[in-house]
Order: sequence, then structure tokens, then C-alpha cells
Amino acid sequence: MPTSSRSSEGGTRRAAAAALLTPGLLALGVSFVVPLVWLARMSLNRTVGPAELQPDVSLSSYVDVLTDGFMWEVAWHTLWLGVLVTVLAVAVSYPIALFLARTRSRLRGLLMALAIAPLLTSSVVRTFGWLILLSDDGIVNSALSTLGIIGEPLTLTNNVTGVVIALVEIMMPYAILAMIAGFGRVSKDLEDAAGSLGAGRLRCFVRITFPLSLPGVLTGALMVFVLTVSAFITPRLMGGGRVFVIATEIYDQATTTLDWPRASALAVLLLLLFGVFLVLYQRLFRMVEGR
Amino acid sequence: MRSLSELIYRTLAGIVVVCSYLFLLAPLLVVFVLSFGASPNLEFPPKDWTLRWYADLAANGEFLEGLRVSLLLGLIVTVVSLVAGVTAALALTRHRFRGRDAVIGLFTSPLLLPSVVLGLALLLVLGQVGLVGTYPGLVVAHLGLTIPYVVRTVMMSLEAVDPSCEQAARTLGAGPVTTFRRITLPLITPGLVAGAALSFIISFDEAVVSLFVVGTGTTTLPVVVFRYVSNNTDPQVAALSVVLIVFSLAAVALIERALGLKRVLSKG
Repeated sequence: MPTSSRSSEGGTRRAAAAALLTPGLLALGVSFVVPLVWLARMSLNRTVGPAELQPDVSLSSYVDVLTDGFMWEVAWHTLWLGVLVTVLAVAVSYPIALFLARTRSRLRGLLMALAIAPLLTSSVVRTFGWLILLSDDGIVNSALSTLGIIGEPLTLTNNVTGVVIALVEIMMPYAILAMIAGFGRVSKDLEDAAGSLGAGRLRCFVRITFPLSLPGVLTGALMVFVLTVSAFITPRLMGGGRVFVIATEIYDQATTTLDWPRASALAVLLLLLFGVFLVLYQRLFRMVEGR
Repeated sequence: MRSLSELIYRTLAGIVVVCSYLFLLAPLLVVFVLSFGASPNLEFPPKDWTLRWYADLAANGEFLEGLRVSLLLGLIVTVVSLVAGVTAALALTRHRFRGRDAVIGLFTSPLLLPSVVLGLALLLVLGQVGLVGTYPGLVVAHLGLTIPYVVRTVMMSLEAVDPSCEQAARTLGAGPVTTFRRITLPLITPGLVAGAALSFIISFDEAVVSLFVVGTGTTTLPVVVFRYVSNNTDPQVAALSVVLIVFSLAAVALIERALGLKRVLSKG
């Protein structure tokens, strides 16, 4: 084949690739890249009055946010919520993930789908479920008082307790998915070997299973953490406007106070926090998957 | 002695797993049961059963309008995502070019962006061009969430297709379009089905980004529900939730049959 024809074919193929990429790149450009650049630019503007901004290139919104005591309280609150939800979500997801990673049951497919499917149901719906379960005259409170465990109903909604309970449940499918991926190294053979050498089940779990499952636990934990610190629906609905996290603060600044530079600066800061932990997560995920 | 401790361990482990599943599924189960309960105070367990809340739902103009908007929006978003996602996936699997890794990164990065940040960014831009609370604005807002999933599912399918089938068709004289239509497209149907189902359900259920960009205009169903639930909880919302759950289950079933839910949703 003559060289000229080959290179012209190369040119056609490049043109074909470019043509194929155009619709997707255009769509993502409009719905993702441009908005984010715009957001970054907005964060550099200056707020001069209520809902009034002045085009500028300054870090004044960042300075405002970072010198505001309330903001630090909100940030601290968000991180604390993130850690608490992460620990609890990983703890309740662990048994399911370990079970799914090792079971040889014929129902494995169904049980796997059952554990992950809630991920594709609206978080508004799932939070609504928790509102019903945890309200003052809700199912949990009436069950507890029928059993005589409590006299007065526990306040489980419109406060951080409810937010934590609901978030733990909402994060479970993510934790289970990440953990199963990381449990590849937990092998039944090793446990059987330990068992045949005389180790009891508990000892076997503590010495063999749990250490081998740690990479999965860690990826699951990081996943849950990044999703929790940026969660909005559940803190807002379960918190009843009384629980403040970075996400609810961004929403209020953007839609109520209309302080867009400040909202944007907060969003950029949340993005940075999110990014750091995400890079950690991906590193870990690749290591665990052995890629 | 040995087998007794084994039995105790297995029983305890079983109980823990069952309890974890119950906790995970509790909100969905409760919503489902209460949507058929006769008590307007969401009494559990219900003493009487009724379909009244579903009838009320069918007469609730606000909910119906939200449902109409969300269905239409979901369909438009799905079609646009399929076109943009399939072409991009073809370019990324069948062509080698400089910067390919960067493009793959771009096509998968929105998966990893906090929705509040994306929502705010979109509000700022759409506000600038007067598209807040309009269909075009909502479509643009949802595309960033759905296209990455379509690229991902279609790429999974394309990678499983042997390129020599396509080459054979080309050698026999079929043009690129005919080859795609007659050979590639039928072979990647699972990826298309999974991608379409995911796009639709993500758009249909999306609440955070939508909350930012609906303004006072066209409002989607999850936003209507969010605002309603902020002020009251009643069985009508439970009935509506069941409708939403049914949509999700349909999507889950489609994705599970096409590519497998776990493969499609694993992040990394």
C-alpha cells in the first residue's frame, strides 16, 4: 500500500474520531465544564450589598468565608458528621458485604441486587421513609414505648440524630459495593486452612478474615466519607432546617441570601475537600484491584 | 463441642446479616406498607387497608404535573445521552489518538462531582442565559450526570465485541454506517439498554441539581416531593414514593439483566 494512501487514511480516521467525539464533548462542555469555570470565576467577584455583586478578581469571598466563625463551625460539623456516618455505615455494611463476597447460595444474585438496588431509588423517598420511622409518634418511638423502654418519645427527627441514622442507611449500598470490590483477597481457602489447623471461628475472623478485608473497608470508608460531606437532601429534610452542613449552607447562600460569590467560594472549598479524599480513594481502589 | 461453636457462629452471623438487610430496606418497606394503610396518621402496622391514597394521588394536580415533567425530561435526557454517549464510546474504544486518556477522564469525571457544587454552577450559568426553570435548562443540567454512565456502559459492551466482526463487514464492502447499524449496534444492545435505563432513572430521580435550577418555573417530581415533605408527611407521599420505587425497580431489573448492576455501579 503506498504511503500517501495510508497517511490519508490515518487522516480520515482522525477526522472520524473527532466527529464522533463532538456531540459528547459539546454536551459535557455546556453542562459541566463551562458551569464549573463560571463558578470558579464567580467566587472571585465581590459582594457589595444584598444580592449585589461587583465584577472583580479578588479573594474577598474566600477571606470572608475563612474568617467567619460560623462557617468554621459548619465545616467542623460537616467533617464530624462525615466521620460518624462513615464509621457506622461501614460497620453495618460489613456483614452484608462479607456475606455477599463469600456466599455460594443460589440466591446470591438476588441478594446482591437487593443490597445495591436502593442506590437507584430516590434519596428523597428513602429520607421520607426515615421521617415516618423516626418521627415523635413514628414507628420506632411507638415500638419503644409499647415495650416500655421509654416513657417520653425520643426526638429523632429535626436534629442530627435523625440525619446520622438516615445517612448511614443511604450510604450502605455505596459502602457494600466498594467493600465487595476490595474483598477479592479474602479467600475461603485460607480460613479453611486456619480452621483445619485448629483455629476457632472467632480467632480465624480476627487473625485472617478481618486483616485481609481491610483494603475493602478502607475504600468503602473513603467512598462514604466523600459522599456524606457533600450530601444535601438528607441533612436538609431530616434536619428540618436545624442541621447546618456545608451543602445546606451553599444552597441557602445561593437561593435565599443570594450571595453568589460567597456560595461559589464555599463550593470551591467543598470541591477541594472532596477532591483530596477522592484522589486517595482512587489510589487505594487501583491498589486493591491490582491495576 | 466443635460443631456446637460452629453452629452458634453461623446463627449469630446469620442474624447480623438479616438485621443489616432489614435496616437497609426499612425505609422502602415502611413506605410501601403505609401507602396501603387506611390511617391518615401513618399508623404502623395499619389496622385497615385502602387504595384511597393512590386515588388521591391521581387527582393531585401538582404531583401529576411534576410526574409529567419528569417523564418527559427523562425521555429527552435519555435520547440525547444515548447519542452523545454512544458516539463518544465508539471514538474511545475504536480509535487511538493523542489525549485519549484525558478525554476518558473528562467523560467519567462528572460521576465524581458533588451535586450541590454542580447544581450551583449550573444555576449561575443558566441564570445568565435565562434558562432557569425551563426544559432546555433542565436537560443541560441532567446531561452532565447521565452521559458518563452511558459512555461507561457502552464502552463495557464495545470492549466485549470482537473488532474482527466489524473488520470482516468492512472487507466485504459495507460502509462504516452500515457496519455500525448491522453489526456493532446489535452486539452492543446490552450496553445501550443499561445506559438508557440508568440515564432515565438518574434524571427521573435527580433532586439536588434540579432544586437549584428549577427556580419558580418548570418543576420536576422529586423537587415537588422534596418541597412537600419539607412541610408535611402523609400517606399520599407514601403512595407517590411507591410509584417512584416501581420506576427504580424496573430500571434495576433492566440493568441487572443487561450488564449486571454491580459491574455498572462500581466506582473507581
